[in-house]
Amino acid sequence: MIEYYSMKEITILSGKGGTGKTSVTAAFASIAEHAIFCDGDVDAPDLHLILAPEIKETHPFPGGRKASINPELCTDCGLCRDYCRFDAIHQDISGRYYIHPVQCEGCRLCERICPVGAISSEQSMNNFWFVSDTRFGKLVHANMQAGEENSGKLVTTVRNHARELAKAEGYRFIITDGPPGIGCPAIASITGSKAVLMIVEPTRSGMHDAIRLAELVKGFNIPIFSIINKYDVNEEVAAEIESWLHSDNIILLGKIPFNEVVVKAMIEKKSVIEFDPDSELSYILRSSWTKLVSELENGQ
Amino acid sequence: MPFKIAIASGKGGTGKTTFAVNLFRYLSQSMPGKVQLVDCDVEEPNDHIFFPEAQFEKLEKVYRLVPEIDQSKCTYCRKCVEYCEFNAIVVIPTVRFAEVNSSLCHSCGACIVACEDDAINEKPEEIGTIRRGFLPSGGRISGGTLKIGSSMQTMMIRELKKAVSGEAPITIFDAPPGTSCPVVAAIADADLIILVSEPTPFGMYDLKLSIDLLRELRKPFGVLINKSGLGTDELHNYLLNQGIELIGSIPFSRAYAGMYASGNLFNDIPEEVAFAFSEILHKLHDRILQHEGDHHSER
Repeated sequence: MIEYYSMKEITILSGKGGTGKTSVTAAFASIAEHAIFCDGDVDAPDLHLILAPEIKETHPFPGGRKASINPELCTDCGLCRDYCRFDAIHQDISGRYYIHPVQCEGCRLCERICPVGAISSEQSMNNFWFVSDTRFGKLVHANMQAGEENSGKLVTTVRNHARELAKAEGYRFIITDGPPGIGCPAIASITGSKAVLMIVEPTRSGMHDAIRLAELVKGFNIPIFSIINKYDVNEEVAAEIESWLHSDNIILLGKIPFNEVVVKAMIEKKSVIEFDPDSELSYILRSSWTKLVSELENGQ
Repeated sequence: MPFKIAIASGKGGTGKTTFAVNLFRYLSQSMPGKVQLVDCDVEEPNDHIFFPEAQFEKLEKVYRLVPEIDQSKCTYCRKCVEYCEFNAIVVIPTVRFAEVNSSLCHSCGACIVACEDDAINEKPEEIGTIRRGFLPSGGRISGGTLKIGSSMQTMMIRELKKAVSGEAPITIFDAPPGTSCPVVAAIADADLIILVSEPTPFGMYDLKLSIDLLRELRKPFGVLINKSGLGTDELHNYLLNQGIELIGSIPFSRAYAGMYASGNLFNDIPEEVAFAFSEILHKLHDRILQHEGDHHSER
């Protein structure tokens, strides 16, 4: 029987980049049962490097529009530049106007106001999202063209599809490897999630960024859990983070020591748990997952 | 002739900030009063953490314009809906409903042009703040902080860059991670981009994405390998095969990672790290001088 009402979506975030989101996601992927996975970092996705997906479905994702000026029709009146709020329209050395495609926001205002109809726009069709099989279950992921400005929408598309699949096939968990930062892609990866797991590193920057992330997540009224990664790189800062987590009622699932085994596992395209199942790291990761699951089930 | 260097990387946590603040500190001592550091990671700005001695001025608020529909003038013609490329406006004539969803609005101004009834006015909405400061040694340091919950990070970066442009002949931009629009905004006008990478599979994959972006933008760039020794030689070989300039390598040091953690990057630097830094910083310093020289001789 399908009990999708109990399906849990967990988004793994950090604020600061490079704290270990993908390594933790991959470790959870290798132990979570009845789970489907999402790579919500469409800018610089890495989860597939461990999960080795076999792509089953490819879908185009319509990106933003990009405007361009037809030089044969353009009279160099400059009206488009005055209207463009994104400073995307420039003059070349001979005074001719052109639109810088990566600066163009795709609002089409220039196209609409051009008195001689010299501007047209085209939708970028170079973005794709995929449904793949992996040795741990299904992965929904994406490939975004560099410089694209629609990454939040693409994250939403990927997550919506994972949710549909999870409902249709009765999965218990959706685990999303999120993007760094707290802007539009991070917001898109939190919206609709049941919980956020924050991977914090014991650095001043890591703590500063985690505090900003926690404040963002609080606006969504969902529980936040945390793991302190590489905690022994600076135990003093780690202790400070622990006391902040405590005072903010953020449950600490585990503290992972720094260990080069994480990089070694990555090189072998394996999760830490697959690579070295008996290591201290694997033990902590397994117990963190068990704690997270029990917290989520009790919190229901 | 101004010179702008951007420090970027596809993957987060490779050492952009560590390198940017070291470069800034070095150049602001060797070229006093001529250098500024601009923290363009407005989602998670960290550069200021490493300069507790910096004096900051009052924060400046940054606003964007969000349209509002004046229902006393609106004729529910839906022309604004037709013009809005971001589906941010809902108008239902039968129930006389017209509203802008500000979270979808990009503040492009198209709806204002569309409206023939003068029913749309723009109201300012805060998207973040800019802080400007300076070090006792004279270097200028500034950065933006995106308001939590705002998704206008790209506009915030653009406004920050406008606000500080021309404040110093040499500018260092510390870019956010990734390869999408905020990164483009941070690096668009740079004369040289330094991609900071790490020799791990994740680091290398994301570096290739960044290289694709910079090649598309036709930007001059070089690669700095940070945490060298942590992974494999594959990255080094890749750069050689591709003919990409290697700016230098900084060895991985557990001790230096601990120093970064506490917010102290400049005192008691482990010898091997200090040596690698000084070589790279000298090289960049010379390159900037050469750039200035080239432009002087052109006159």
